[in-house]
Amino acid sequence: MSPALIAALPFIGALLPGLLIRSGRDVAAMCCGTATFVALLGLCLHIPAVMAGEVITESFDWLPSLGLNANFRIDGLGLLFGILILGIGLLIITYARFYLSRNDPVGVFYTYLMLFQGAMMGIVLSDNILLLLVFWELTSLSSFLLIGYWKHLPEGRQGARMALTVTGLGGLAMIAGMLILGNIAGSYEISDILNAREAIQASPLYLPALLLILLGAFTKSAQFPFHFWLPHAMAAPTPVSAYLHSATMVKAGLFLMARLWPVLSGTPEWFYIVATTGLVTMVLGAFIGMFRDDLKSLLAYSTVSHLGLITMLLGFGTEAAAVAAVFHIINHATFKAALFMTAGIIDHEAGTRSINRLGGLRKLMPITFVIGTIAALSMAGIPPLNGFISKEMMLDEATRTVWNGNSSLMFVMATVGAIFSVCYSLRFVWHVFFGSERDDYPHKPHDPGFGLWVGPAILTVLVVLIGLMPQTFAGWLVEASASAVTGGHPHPHLALWHGMNTALKLSIVATLGGALLLVLHPRLLAIRNSLWRPDAKVIFDGITQVALNLSYRLTDRFTNGSMARAFAAFAMTVLLCGFWAFSTGGYSGATRPMLPVTAIPLIGWFLLMVATGCMVAFHRQRLLALVLVGIIGLIVSCCFVYLSAPDLALTQLSVEVVTVVLLLLALNFLPKRTQRESRDGKRGFDAFIAAMLGLGFGGLSYVVMRTDFALPSIAGYMLEHSYKLGGGHNVVNVILVDFRGYDTFGEITVLGIAALAIFALTETLLAGASGRRLRNWTYDSRRAGARHPLLMVVVTRMILPISLVVGLYIFLRGHNLPGGGFVAGLVVAIALVSQYMASGFAWAQDRTPIPYHSLIGAGVIAAGITGIGAWFAGYPFLTSTYGYVKLPGIEEFELASAMGFDLGVFLCVVGAVMLALNSLSRIARQAGETVNAEPMDINPSKFKGGR
Amino acid sequence: MELLLSSAIGMLTAAGTYLILRRRSFAVVLGTTMLSYAINLFLFSTGRLVVNQPPIIESGVTSYTDPIPQALVLTAIVISFGMTAVTVMMALGAFLEGGDDRVDMPRADRQPETSRIDAGDDHP
Repeated sequence: MSPALIAALPFIGALLPGLLIRSGRDVAAMCCGTATFVALLGLCLHIPAVMAGEVITESFDWLPSLGLNANFRIDGLGLLFGILILGIGLLIITYARFYLSRNDPVGVFYTYLMLFQGAMMGIVLSDNILLLLVFWELTSLSSFLLIGYWKHLPEGRQGARMALTVTGLGGLAMIAGMLILGNIAGSYEISDILNAREAIQASPLYLPALLLILLGAFTKSAQFPFHFWLPHAMAAPTPVSAYLHSATMVKAGLFLMARLWPVLSGTPEWFYIVATTGLVTMVLGAFIGMFRDDLKSLLAYSTVSHLGLITMLLGFGTEAAAVAAVFHIINHATFKAALFMTAGIIDHEAGTRSINRLGGLRKLMPITFVIGTIAALSMAGIPPLNGFISKEMMLDEATRTVWNGNSSLMFVMATVGAIFSVCYSLRFVWHVFFGSERDDYPHKPHDPGFGLWVGPAILTVLVVLIGLMPQTFAGWLVEASASAVTGGHPHPHLALWHGMNTALKLSIVATLGGALLLVLHPRLLAIRNSLWRPDAKVIFDGITQVALNLSYRLTDRFTNGSMARAFAAFAMTVLLCGFWAFSTGGYSGATRPMLPVTAIPLIGWFLLMVATGCMVAFHRQRLLALVLVGIIGLIVSCCFVYLSAPDLALTQLSVEVVTVVLLLLALNFLPKRTQRESRDGKRGFDAFIAAMLGLGFGGLSYVVMRTDFALPSIAGYMLEHSYKLGGGHNVVNVILVDFRGYDTFGEITVLGIAALAIFALTETLLAGASGRRLRNWTYDSRRAGARHPLLMVVVTRMILPISLVVGLYIFLRGHNLPGGGFVAGLVVAIALVSQYMASGFAWAQDRTPIPYHSLIGAGVIAAGITGIGAWFAGYPFLTSTYGYVKLPGIEEFELASAMGFDLGVFLCVVGAVMLALNSLSRIARQAGETVNAEPMDINPSKFKGGR
Repeated sequence: MELLLSSAIGMLTAAGTYLILRRRSFAVVLGTTMLSYAINLFLFSTGRLVVNQPPIIESGVTSYTDPIPQALVLTAIVISFGMTAVTVMMALGAFLEGGDDRVDMPRADRQPETSRIDAGDDHP
């Protein structure tokens, strides 16, 4: 199966629960499980090839100019993580089906889970670091949704926010690091980067890149000092914790370190940063874990500790350590997922996860006891379980490692960590399952149904099998992935028994020490409780609060709820930037001659200036201001005519009409006058800003107009090919419907959305408090006596067919002469609006067969279909063709496929304009505007025998 | 001619800005309309001013004005209608809901510094 499809399958699966949740949670779980299973199957089909040392790749160009390609690869490392993610994902899907209660929205859960799974698969299968970053951010987001799944729990929300903040910040740092890395290597392909080890390590930017990337990996993998988010993320439902913290999210950081191991490791910087962080995290996590009372919290700190262990192994930088790291990733995933699920079962059946309230569950929950005990013993590193083998390998590596000249520090600390680890593991078993039965459990504990224990049981079987026969059950996978990590050909020999070596002695010390600590546990706990210990959450909250206060202080200056202030700040910023840009831009003076001024433009200019001045002076009289807007718009259209832009003039003119009608309709309900409110000083300041902005913008346009093009214009191409390629003489129209058709497609969609937004807004207004206000509306101005005058009705009726024909004409000729879909749509809309104005909205509405929503939809679809049509001819989206048609009786005219597109534009414009005006008149009807049954107030045709 | 157009653009910008800085929504709507005239004219003028050479291909004619800014501005005009319609509707809605047509947030609604939610604690 194609690697891209494997990565895509979980995303496809994410769509299913939303569609199928009405069929019940079983169906939702089944379809998610199926998608996961198919992906797993597809991945497993590649096992033979990967084992033979092949790398399966697949690539799609996405944004090649940016180096961002959707390239996927499956090598040993991707295979290992893919199997973990999908395999454990399958178990979690089953487990969650039985774990979540009836009241939980299960469909939502599965959607989040599958999104997360897809993001993880994307990370491990990406062959392009930019693509990897996209998936990396997706895991942050989807894990946020998963951790905060129980929205009613404040801990859940806070934990989700904390996880997002920490991993998100790390992700941002990582983006920078990855970009540096890609820059050094000269490519963003992982395959290329892996071959650029020398160049990268020799680069002066190696250290910054390393630090930034590690910041991303450490935050994700909860390494000290970023470990604190992980225990707080335990507020998530247990299936989420089991998934995120055993096999997936926190392993993403490890994956990244393993993926970039060949290029980044082997330097002193790598060793000291990574190995030391890992060591500190391992010991610290295990130490805190010993004292946790909540089972999940104990497991969380143990996860932190084990992640530290793996990080440390990767930090050692040797081939054998990498093998141990990879092997421990597998082992940790198996026993930790089983343990989390066990903790969930105990919580589910006994009603608490607090160790203090548990104990004696051995007899009450025998199946859970067996599963939990085996998994916990593996975590402790007791033979013959898989955790033992990898821990031995770790201790063995630690004894060979010298830290800053000190050859014993590493293995001593590692043994200390192992002692703690044994202690909390045994505590998990001893304090929960052993001891006497109690009678104060919140629920009477009993073993769960098959669905809950089957998942952890399978994992526990794996724990035992890998422990007994490591070479058979895990050797091949370890070998394949270790080869991918190291780039060499390690042949790990995994075995339970290596003879009585140092590592085994250390292991025995650790086991005995751990058991001793468990005996002393009550006393240790008392000592620890008496000590001061920093609470990471308090520190985190403090830091976020400081950041929040700072940003409030900054933003409050500019946005205090006053729009004028925000706009003034914005205007000043633009002005200053513009001034700075201009003064440093090296402007060398005007290069183009001015056009001569003739009398007519001068008159137009004078009118415009006067009208604009009047506008400012009289804007409080709103009706007058509307008239002035109309005048200004008219002069602007004349300006377009004069300056060789007939299409613009037509559009501006018709838009002007609908705008004024719209504003008039709105003004019906707004105050007709604006009071003077601002103080003189404020007005003076505003006028100053306005004048500066006007001067700046006017000056800018003057400079632009007097300067020649800095780069050759592409206009020549458009003019030359307009007819040849687009079949039209009107270049503007050809650009709109053909050359830049995609832009226009977006634009009509936006227009349609704007109209729908207006419609939705109206619905809300009519339904809410304003609807009630409207029903009791009293108009503040006198109403006209004749609301639907005879003369107007007759004239608009006569004009209607003429306008429609004009609209059709403008539409048809648009490809070759000024006109086109936009203008035709506006003309037709005006013709229809005039009917509404003459006879009232209700009357006209009753005679409109098509709802305007569907016009908008039809328009967008028509444009889309025209574009898609090009695909069938084997051309890219929106490629057009044309031909000439001769119909008897009329002139020969042209039919271009672009006309279908223009038809879409036309329909969309008509629909949007009419829907906007329609919405306003619905408000009028709500306000008690009478609905007229007759087209006009006095209908002469009703006077029978009048003459 | 260039001087006339740029001064007109400047004047429209200044008037639009001044109106947008007013406190009532209707003035702001008028202001945005004026500002869109200015911006449309500016965009149009980046194709440089040409008289009597519309971009309609005819045989025998060799020089045309730049059609690209025109295509840009054409859609901009239509979109600015959409935008005006949405803002008008929002202004109307605010007036009907709130009883006045101020654009500023009422003083009572501006959150005082002290009562802000703490970052980590979102109890109601």
